[in-house]
Amino acid sequence: MTTVQEREAIANQFAQKMNEDELLNCMRCGFCLPHCPTYIESGMKESYSPRGRIALMKAVTDGAIEPDEDVERSLSLCLGCRACEPVCPSGVKYGHLLEEARDIIHQNKEHSFPVKNIRKAVFSGLFPHQERMQNMTSLLGFYQRSGLQYIARKTGVLSMLPDHLATMERVLPRVPAKSEMKKRPDGLPAIGPALKKVAFFSGCLMDTMFLETNKATLKLLQRAGCEIVIPKSQACCGALHGHSGEKEGAKQLAKRNIEAFEAEGIDYIITNAGGCGAFLIDYDHLLQDEPTWHERAICFKSKLKDISEILVELRFHEKTRLKLPAQTVTFQDSCHLRNVMNTASAPRILLQAIEGIDFREMKDADRCCGSAGIYNIVESEMSMKILDSKMKHTKSTQANVVVTANPGCLLQMQLGIEREKMGNDTKAVHIVDLLVEAAAL
Amino acid sequence: MITKQVKQLLLSIVGSENYEDSKVECLVHSYDATPGYQAMPDAVIKPGCTAEVSEIIKICNEYKVPIVPRGSGTNLSGGTCPMEGGLVLLFNRMNALLEVDEENLTATVQPGLITLDLITAVEAKGLFYPPDPSSMKISTIGGNINENSGGLRGLKYGVTRDYVIGLEVVLPNGDIIQTGGKLAKDVAGYDLTKLMVGSEGTLGIVTQAILKLIPMPERTKTMLALYQDLDAAAQSVAKIIANKIIPVTLEFLDRPTLAVVEDFAKIGLPTDVEAVLLIEQDGPPEVVERDMKRMADICLEEKAVSVEIAETEADAAALKTARRTALSALARLKPTTILEDATVPRSEIAKMVRAINEIAKEHDVNICTFGHAGDGNLHPTCITDARDHDEMERVERAFADIFAAAIDLGGTITGEHGVGAMKAPYLEWKLKKEGVAAMRVIKQAFDPNNIMNPGKVFAKESRKRVVVSS
Repeated sequence: MTTVQEREAIANQFAQKMNEDELLNCMRCGFCLPHCPTYIESGMKESYSPRGRIALMKAVTDGAIEPDEDVERSLSLCLGCRACEPVCPSGVKYGHLLEEARDIIHQNKEHSFPVKNIRKAVFSGLFPHQERMQNMTSLLGFYQRSGLQYIARKTGVLSMLPDHLATMERVLPRVPAKSEMKKRPDGLPAIGPALKKVAFFSGCLMDTMFLETNKATLKLLQRAGCEIVIPKSQACCGALHGHSGEKEGAKQLAKRNIEAFEAEGIDYIITNAGGCGAFLIDYDHLLQDEPTWHERAICFKSKLKDISEILVELRFHEKTRLKLPAQTVTFQDSCHLRNVMNTASAPRILLQAIEGIDFREMKDADRCCGSAGIYNIVESEMSMKILDSKMKHTKSTQANVVVTANPGCLLQMQLGIEREKMGNDTKAVHIVDLLVEAAAL
Repeated sequence: MITKQVKQLLLSIVGSENYEDSKVECLVHSYDATPGYQAMPDAVIKPGCTAEVSEIIKICNEYKVPIVPRGSGTNLSGGTCPMEGGLVLLFNRMNALLEVDEENLTATVQPGLITLDLITAVEAKGLFYPPDPSSMKISTIGGNINENSGGLRGLKYGVTRDYVIGLEVVLPNGDIIQTGGKLAKDVAGYDLTKLMVGSEGTLGIVTQAILKLIPMPERTKTMLALYQDLDAAAQSVAKIIANKIIPVTLEFLDRPTLAVVEDFAKIGLPTDVEAVLLIEQDGPPEVVERDMKRMADICLEEKAVSVEIAETEADAAALKTARRTALSALARLKPTTILEDATVPRSEIAKMVRAINEIAKEHDVNICTFGHAGDGNLHPTCITDARDHDEMERVERAFADIFAAAIDLGGTITGEHGVGAMKAPYLEWKLKKEGVAAMRVIKQAFDPNNIMNPGKVFAKESRKRVVVSS
């Protein structure tokens, strides 16, 4: 619930802060509609479409309507997948509008006491601190290894959780030991002549819960001919903050990362999570009001590349023999990798280079899987609807392996496989893990 | 205004899940793709069947509640903007492809069906539904019928009207009528089918349609002709037609339009030429080859810099898809894009292009032009900013002059976008007083209480045409 004062404050901030040119840039042609997952899954509800959401943001900015609960509902139900952006002929930067609007709403809303504390703990207390992320992940590791998980599953306490959360508990990866998370290298040499010098963006979740995937990424980079530096002072990308209306927190993290990666002589900054990459590449927008930082952000973003892009550029797939036992493979795009980082063909080129596999595109591979950060937890009903459609298309490819390029997508696809009881024949993997297996590294 | 009593009656028909009157739902149905038009409805309703539509319309007629049928809100004449409030009628629940009859070559559809879904479904059976408005990926058949939409294939195949052969319509008094049928011939009385097509929801609500299909052409070929001279491009259009070749598509794009479309689509369109013609022909392979060669020769004779044939189907599709984004892509230049679709006899296309450029200069406005040159149907689009009131006035004067120029060349104020709210004040320029009066009589007979999409087609006041004697 919002109070009258909160609404007034929100409306004022919309009038002051929303980018009017960008709002006007939407000429309401509706070309985005068929690409919006929430529009489709809601039975074509205009208020759950990008065109409708922009109209609402504009109406609040113009003072035509109040920012009531329905406005907030429309905005919070957006996945932020940004599938509307590449298909927008007018080039409206919807993601930026959404982020600004969410930031205004959250900053002017008095959250209930428990919500406020949870937000504070997560956004200020946990994600910006890598050692705390390690502790948190270790807790999960303790749960998994100590027998607690076994007991929890056996006794049925998990059935007290909503269905999808209980399923999610099952699909979480087995996490590494804390000692292993602490022992991370700060650089690695190229195998063979060094063709490029790259800096690796580890990511907070990737370097804890998905540590194996990070290790695989480094192996591939070395083999492709990259000398790697891994700056110690880097931090979480800030995506979670940015997408949840915690812009200030995101800016602090952005500055830390820009500083950490400014070392001389680096050709590229490599990421292996579409979600992080897309947020990093938008740092210049995030810091647009701070001229010096803005400049530095532009330099930072110009070096960003997804792992799949650099592997293709260095012709890793042509120089290394990639081979796997016969199996059918399909690829689920990471929305942010595709729609924001503009990377869609590189992962496919790499997969199709693997001998022995049958690569089949699924229908609507470019449509969001419904993971979207913490969306699948906070908007589980819509998320599961989207996932159900996704699994229908996955099934019809008869794939044994669903390849993803982002940890959120990976977990969500695993969740889908588990929900559909396809676990015996199908698994979801991150592309680098499959490539490492195929290259026998 | 919808009173509590009327709301209760409507709720009893569709149930609370299909009736919404929150501010948010009203706001997101207050607009369509026409710049400058926005008006709040009082409520939004989603009927599930014809009988429900009939019940709804009876209540609206009794209580004089305006009713605005809306597809996906992509029209460009303010046709679905609820100018006088009332009830917006949505067809999300009436969107089925009911039947594809392969013996009679017809499709029976509900109005909410997406145009492209129909096209894809019939093409899978080797059949062809030619009308392809640029918005076909999101527009509905119901919307196409109400606006009589055209498209890129209009030159050879005509527009929506040419493919609607039967309708189920709910009249403002609640009567449900069937017009036409799966018939190749039918002269039983007035042709109400054709009257309804393009009536912009002012006479009744279309609840079902029978569409004519034709066999898929065997072969399609696409090419681009590049020009450094607008006039030469326009001359080529006239000369192709005069040489008795009717291509499927004969589209014109000028330099600024090319630049923004390329900026969006990134398919390697030329951006260093003044204009291009996008030409497509279909049919038996030998006919396609012959026509393409002749058209290429004509273009070169008319000083085309070069002629490029699309090598693959994917290349051809990319060209057409890119062309369909032209209007929206122009919004990259400035926030407001106002387009018109004045249409002239094909032989006059070069004169019209010249007139548009002169008018733009005279009023100091920025006009980019693209459109269905082969149909004589151009889309001069003004790139402006709605916040600049002075410029907006100049834009309006420029468009008035464009309408006048089109009419003077034997043309019309709108070729395919409809009159709606936007061109209502100019309707009399084309039809004269007597013509508008005849249409008013028809409207009055069908809809005596003026509940059907009020404020469209007929203006409260006609715009005065300023005649300057030279």
